Amino acid sequence: MGMGSVEHRNWKAIVAGVALAACAALAACKDPVETRREPAIGPKDRGLIAIKRAGCGSCHEIPGLDWPSGRLGPSLDGFDDVGLIAGQLPNRPDVLAAFIRNAPSVKEGSSMPPMPISEAEAADIAAYLYGLDHD
Amino acid sequence: MIDALWGWPPPVLDPAGPYSGKVTTLAWSLFGLGAFVTLVVVFALWVAIKGPDKWKAKLGGERAILLGGVAFPGVVLTALLVWGLTLTASLTEPIHGDEMRIRVTGEMWWFRVQYLDPSGAVVMEDANEIHIPVGRPVVLELESADVIHSFWVPHLSGKKDMIPGRRTLLRIEADRPGEFGGVCAEYCGRQHALMGFVAVAHEDDDFREWYAERNERLVSAGLDITRQVESSSGSGTQGSERSTVTRTGAGANTNSGQQSGRTLFMQSGCAACHRVAGTEANGLAGPDLTHVGSRRTLGAGILPNNRGTLIGWIGDSQSLKPGNRMPSYDMLNADELEAIAIWLEQQK
Repeated sequence: MGMGSVEHRNWKAIVAGVALAACAALAACKDPVETRREPAIGPKDRGLIAIKRAGCGSCHEIPGLDWPSGRLGPSLDGFDDVGLIAGQLPNRPDVLAAFIRNAPSVKEGSSMPPMPISEAEAADIAAYLYGLDHD
Repeated sequence: MIDALWGWPPPVLDPAGPYSGKVTTLAWSLFGLGAFVTLVVVFALWVAIKGPDKWKAKLGGERAILLGGVAFPGVVLTALLVWGLTLTASLTEPIHGDEMRIRVTGEMWWFRVQYLDPSGAVVMEDANEIHIPVGRPVVLELESADVIHSFWVPHLSGKKDMIPGRRTLLRIEADRPGEFGGVCAEYCGRQHALMGFVAVAHEDDDFREWYAERNERLVSAGLDITRQVESSSGSGTQGSERSTVTRTGAGANTNSGQQSGRTLFMQSGCAACHRVAGTEANGLAGPDLTHVGSRRTLGAGILPNNRGTLIGWIGDSQSLKPGNRMPSYDMLNADELEAIAIWLEQQK
């Protein structure tokens, strides 16, 4: 009797397992290409994407980016607490965005080269570094 | 390259050519058969536990064992083995022998790429990037300079090991233009995970144009030496170099900042390992930099290629890819690094 109920429960578990596997298989069959786009991503997410695309990590340690983590330039951890950008410019979002995009144009002789990013991307990266969200 | 391998569908299920298409068909067939066998086993389990006694008896009978346990797997597994082996073999032999040939050599941890002419002579050298025309099979001669690597562009073909002392062949073909990520698929040391490349498939016209541009660059590079010796009048290459000097001169106050990137490249020892066609840089140990400015990636498919990443790589390659054979050039100052990067950017 007892054996019977155990078997019964096992049987139920098997059915549940198979049903689960079937659901997973069905879900995987749905064409995910169209639905892949994440619903709404904010400036911070876009900032991290731009950081990866431009390769900022080649010279900077950046929070939230495991790799690359270059040490040629300063770490960008906790950027909202930094006093002066590159020791010279006021640490404001607009200045930071301009600096990220074309450092030598706002700080003469800056060793950070102009980067191939758009103004919007630069603003997103600044937002990411501050941990801000302007939405 | 890393990005090119992410997302859905995964490259192995998203063939971009006939060879990878065959591999994908085989993969789906294996998956389908596996699912079918799983269902049969689950059903048999149900019969064994809960089924009618008559079915139970049949399931435990000799006939069921012989059919389901010997005959079925014997036939199916043999068929799959033959299919898989034939498919693998079909990826390794040239079709006519007159296909475009590219030699790719695995090195710790990057890919040396040499375009060959029909006689097998190297006509163009590059690294970590393979350009092929759409719709034509390309034969790759795979070699290794050190340990066993494995060449894999999942969008374009199967995997093939690169074995020291041997030359293995692999055919790849793309049926649509695009950039396809490739990786080393055999653990080869500390930076195995950061050993990648990009395969770029061009439409026919586009490919011819690309090839012509490269050729032109090589010819002009070759002429560059003569021009330097014979005349001081401006040639294309010298003109661009002058602009380099102006550019770095403007941004730099130190003496070394006045030097051109080219001079710095030669004086800092870069040329001992790197070749730039048409210059005295003729090192063979590292990647050929003749076309580095046109490459999509740096550091073997791992970083985007722009002035910033060039500077980061040259100055601090050991932080980015620890243990790789290029030392960090941390003895150079920022202006010098930038000058070299600007010069390298111009090497298309």
